[in-house]
Amino acid sequence: MALNPDSLWAFSPMHRLQWEEAQQKDVILYPEGMVELNQSSAEILKLCDGSRNLDKIVTDLEEKFQAHGLKHDISQFLEVALNNGWITEH
Amino acid sequence: MAGSPNTNPHKPRWLLAELTYACPLQCPYCSNPVDYSNYPTELSTEDWKRVLTEARKMGAVQLGLSGGEPLTRTDLAEIVRHASGLGYYSNLITSGYGLTEARIVELKEAGLDHIQVSIQASTQELNDHIAGTKSYSHKQDVARLVKKHGYPMVLCVVIHRKNIHQMADILKMASELGADYLELANTQYYGWAHKNRDLLLPSREQFETAEKIAQDYKETVKGKMKIYYVVPDYYEDRPKACMNGWGTTFLTVAPDGVALPCHSARELPGLDCPNVTDFSIDAIWNDSKAFNFFRGDDWMKEPCRSCSEKAQDFGGCRCQAYLLTGDMYNTDPVCSKSPNKHLVQAAIDQAMASAEQTIEVPLVFRNSKNSKNISN
Ligand code: SF4
Ligand code: SF4
Repeated sequence: MALNPDSLWAFSPMHRLQWEEAQQKDVILYPEGMVELNQSSAEILKLCDGSRNLDKIVTDLEEKFQAHGLKHDISQFLEVALNNGWITEH
Repeated sequence: MAGSPNTNPHKPRWLLAELTYACPLQCPYCSNPVDYSNYPTELSTEDWKRVLTEARKMGAVQLGLSGGEPLTRTDLAEIVRHASGLGYYSNLITSGYGLTEARIVELKEAGLDHIQVSIQASTQELNDHIAGTKSYSHKQDVARLVKKHGYPMVLCVVIHRKNIHQMADILKMASELGADYLELANTQYYGWAHKNRDLLLPSREQFETAEKIAQDYKETVKGKMKIYYVVPDYYEDRPKACMNGWGTTFLTVAPDGVALPCHSARELPGLDCPNVTDFSIDAIWNDSKAFNFFRGDDWMKEPCRSCSEKAQDFGGCRCQAYLLTGDMYNTDPVCSKSPNKHLVQAAIDQAMASAEQTIEVPLVFRNSKNSKNISN
């Protein structure tokens, strides 16, 4: 399943993304559950604010980390996030 | 006893605050201790706030507010507000009994993240019978209101012999109510459920039929409703990885302030569980006898001690080992490697024999009168 390139991505209102000082990690919180995120996943999710499509997320992150060729990894992670209900499609 | 304070790498992540043992319902599978009437005192609002603050500092982030029925605490919103300010993700675990729209709004404003409502069955008659109180239609209204006010809605149905035949209807009811999550919790036989086991334990065939219906339904509601299926461990070959390992993740505080490494640990002898009014959460977590008792694997007996799977299931549940074998250090008898596995089979046989009797013994409902009788 490929992501629709025009869709705008937003973090799910049914979940909460939060920095945990004690763990030095961002985590996703939801009813009776928690997922610990690595830094790159957290950076992707923070850009899911309802205003960006896939390409925009890629350009912003490549710029931020002075990197190239991130599209494949980012779109793979977004698919995982979508399947888990962490993000919604607009 | 393993795990000295300075080397303890584990920090609490989950705090279960059992705010009260008071409850208007009388579920015969209730996980509260059968002698709860011996512990009538309740922590004050200020005590709870301090517990929340200290546990949060150590890294606890998921907060369960349960009981008993937590709604019976008039300071619930104040406790929620404090939790929210500290950055907890707060889960209200309620029977829904007595929950009004005004209170749902008040709790939302206080920062409550989610409400889990338990329903006993898919029909009014059975729900009200199991709950020991008329509550079915009110619970359905509550579920709708929870949804209306933007909470993720989790329905919890405890599964046992009296309702397992309703599996298909339970799934339908949950999806019609718009649940985001459905927790199908096969009864765990501790506390009151252990007392009523002969009447609650379903047969293997019943389990397998119900599980298949639930697993198939998962596909139907994919993307809309998540189904958590808590397996019935009497019919498993391996025990559950109880509490993710003793003293690694979970901290329960009982209504009277006793801190427990697992919410059933009160049933175990000789743990000397500390009270939060006497010690800080840090001291309880790192230094107390109770939290170090089954930490690590030094305490294990054979066959767990030399088993290659001990890092996966930690030898199973200590309370189950104690309740079924009389020795809390034993391998959880659910494990097929346990020399006591026959005790689980005997419990199943006994329950099946009781199912065939024409005159059923009545369920022992969870209420103060029965609790006092049992404790005396
Ligand atoms: S299981 Fe039933 S009786 Fe026990 S606390 Fe919950 S609602 Fe009350
Ligand atoms: S023997 Fe003990 S450690 Fe091994 S699988 Fe069974 S319960 Fe787990």
